[in-house]
Amino acid sequence: MKKLFSILLTIFLPLSYSNVSKAAGHMEAEVIHWWTSGGEQAAISQFAEAWQEMGNTWIDTAITGGDNARGTTVNRIIGGNPPTAAQFNISKQFVDLVEQGLLQSLEEVASAEGWRDFIYPPELIETCEFEGEFYCVPVNIHSWQWMWINNDVYKQVGLPVPQTFEDFLAGAPTIQAAGIIPLALGGQGWQESGMFDVVASSIMGFPLMRSVYRDKDLDAFRDGRFESVLNTYRELNQFTDEGSPGRLWNDTTAMVIEGKAAMQVMGDWARGEFAVAGMEAMKDYSCVIPGKEKYVALGGDVFVFPKNDDPKVKDTQLAMASMMVNPTVQAKFNNAKGSLPMRLDVDTSAADACMQMGLDLIQNPDAIMRESDDWNTPAFTAAWGDIISEFRNDPNYTVAQAMDDLEGVLTSGL
Amino acid sequence: MPLFRNIASMVALLPMIVISLTVFVGCIIYSFVYSLTNSKLVPVINYVGFDQYERLFKQRKWDVAVENIFIYGFVFTIGCLVIGFLLAVLIDQKIRGESLFRTIFLYPYAMSFVVTGLVWKWVLNPTFGLENSMHMWGFGWFELDWLVNRDLAIYAVCIAAVWQGAGFVMVLMLAGLRGIDEDIWKSLSIEGVAKWKSYLFVILPMLRPMVVTAIVLIAAGVVKVYDLILALTSGGPGYATTTPAMYVMENFFSRANLGQAFAASIIMFISVVCILAPWAFYEFYLRNKYAAN
Repeated sequence: MKKLFSILLTIFLPLSYSNVSKAAGHMEAEVIHWWTSGGEQAAISQFAEAWQEMGNTWIDTAITGGDNARGTTVNRIIGGNPPTAAQFNISKQFVDLVEQGLLQSLEEVASAEGWRDFIYPPELIETCEFEGEFYCVPVNIHSWQWMWINNDVYKQVGLPVPQTFEDFLAGAPTIQAAGIIPLALGGQGWQESGMFDVVASSIMGFPLMRSVYRDKDLDAFRDGRFESVLNTYRELNQFTDEGSPGRLWNDTTAMVIEGKAAMQVMGDWARGEFAVAGMEAMKDYSCVIPGKEKYVALGGDVFVFPKNDDPKVKDTQLAMASMMVNPTVQAKFNNAKGSLPMRLDVDTSAADACMQMGLDLIQNPDAIMRESDDWNTPAFTAAWGDIISEFRNDPNYTVAQAMDDLEGVLTSGL
Repeated sequence: MPLFRNIASMVALLPMIVISLTVFVGCIIYSFVYSLTNSKLVPVINYVGFDQYERLFKQRKWDVAVENIFIYGFVFTIGCLVIGFLLAVLIDQKIRGESLFRTIFLYPYAMSFVVTGLVWKWVLNPTFGLENSMHMWGFGWFELDWLVNRDLAIYAVCIAAVWQGAGFVMVLMLAGLRGIDEDIWKSLSIEGVAKWKSYLFVILPMLRPMVVTAIVLIAAGVVKVYDLILALTSGGPGYATTTPAMYVMENFFSRANLGQAFAASIIMFISVVCILAPWAFYEFYLRNKYAAN
């Protein structure tokens, strides 16, 4: 009996101590995110370390796949057991949560620290602000707008590295004749529609894209340029390989790295793969923003803080929000992630040639491009993506029919 | 008072009855109510009538999903029954190493659909699967691109599913075959009936209970097929192999379109009821009536 008691004591004593220390200003935070790959883990642990240095506890709930992670977050909020913080994309994904009053307003810390003065570009403020209050913390900027090119392949066939999709299409038959796959594309919906938007912005420019995606302007949609985007997209897809359906993006990037394929259209997260493979930017591989007008798309991640019945949690949440925008933390986090920081006064001396290109471009407000999901619900972008994916995979799906179906989505009110 | 006749068993069944009513019936009502709203990420009561159903039936993707479930249901059921029965007949020929073959054929059934899906994904992948191996062995004409061909991909899914399910049907059938009286075989051979005829016209009708059991078990797997396709094709190429269950899950989670997901699941529910109701009517009502006569 005595022995049992001592065992129980050893088990419970430390617990009671931790409760004491909690009462004395120690904060505990559970964070749901989907950063599970090597580089991503390195990035999120920058947040965790900074948080722990403040003397707090970080409970890491990493869930593979953005959909799963967001689903878990929503389920737990509705189930009454919300996490302290949760990751979403720079998009309308969490707008319902704000409207239902399920998220903690961060206005207190945002106005005290002057977030509106330093968050750059200001479009990020727009994403997070609802009725004059901050509800999310943007942490990074990722851009889709890149062609990743294996320089050796182009050297081998004696062609210059393409700067536009037209250049690429002109050279593609030569590459194919040399037994190399011209275009590496993973046939998953998000990769297909991601590439489509890059083709769209590079061919028809951002202003027109905005009038279609944001204003649902049917005249702009029908003025002929959107058809040429679809045509170019179909032409590009002749140059993929038959192993494409279902292939993961990083397996696809690996094909470019190994020289089996010449080019992939992918977001700037692909840079990490090239870096891990020991390739040097602009020397072994090129990163090109296609088109005459160069844009950097404003994708990326935010954290939201669900409301909690426990009033102490609010302080924890505000402290964490403030930690995430801290310039030192931002520098460490974004260098690990390979993304652009959400403020300009951050040390980016470790940036490589490709990241530097993005950093230079984002200083120009006219070069900043929004993505469809900034204006549209996930249901809209998914319905749109279905058509793009079907258009890519079904050669009998005509441009005219795709135009009609896309117009159906534009007018659906989704 | 028949209601109170078996009071003890009624009490024992009560928790099950309560759970069934609240969980199943409750959830069905809940789903139906919210299928009439335009709930997006979170369920909200904001009635829009039958808009979600209207939208659902306009979706090309939903049509493809419904078509796929019929193709899959038909090919999978028939495939499992035919191959399972043939395997059982072959094993029934008093062959050597019977238990070894039985184990080999039943083995796939022990795997989860996810494993089956991944294995066949690699086998059928044209760039590093069987097709590639054949090319490397010098058979350049060999082509096996079912998985990436949008018209054939659903049949590739069926192959994987039959591969997994046939062994199970075989075991059921074999048990039935072993239950056939030796005297029947003796009289058949005295009559001089060919072996294949005996199997097809005499033995198979005697296996009716086994066939019905197999069909019920297979059919239950058809409606809820999800993990196999997710692992094998993720619904692709495009959405050529999507199914109603995938459509529902997608709208629930990644698309944050709850109203649409509820509408689709209600339609799934109604179709299952439509298929099951005549059978249940026969099984529980008509048969008892005839039995009583």
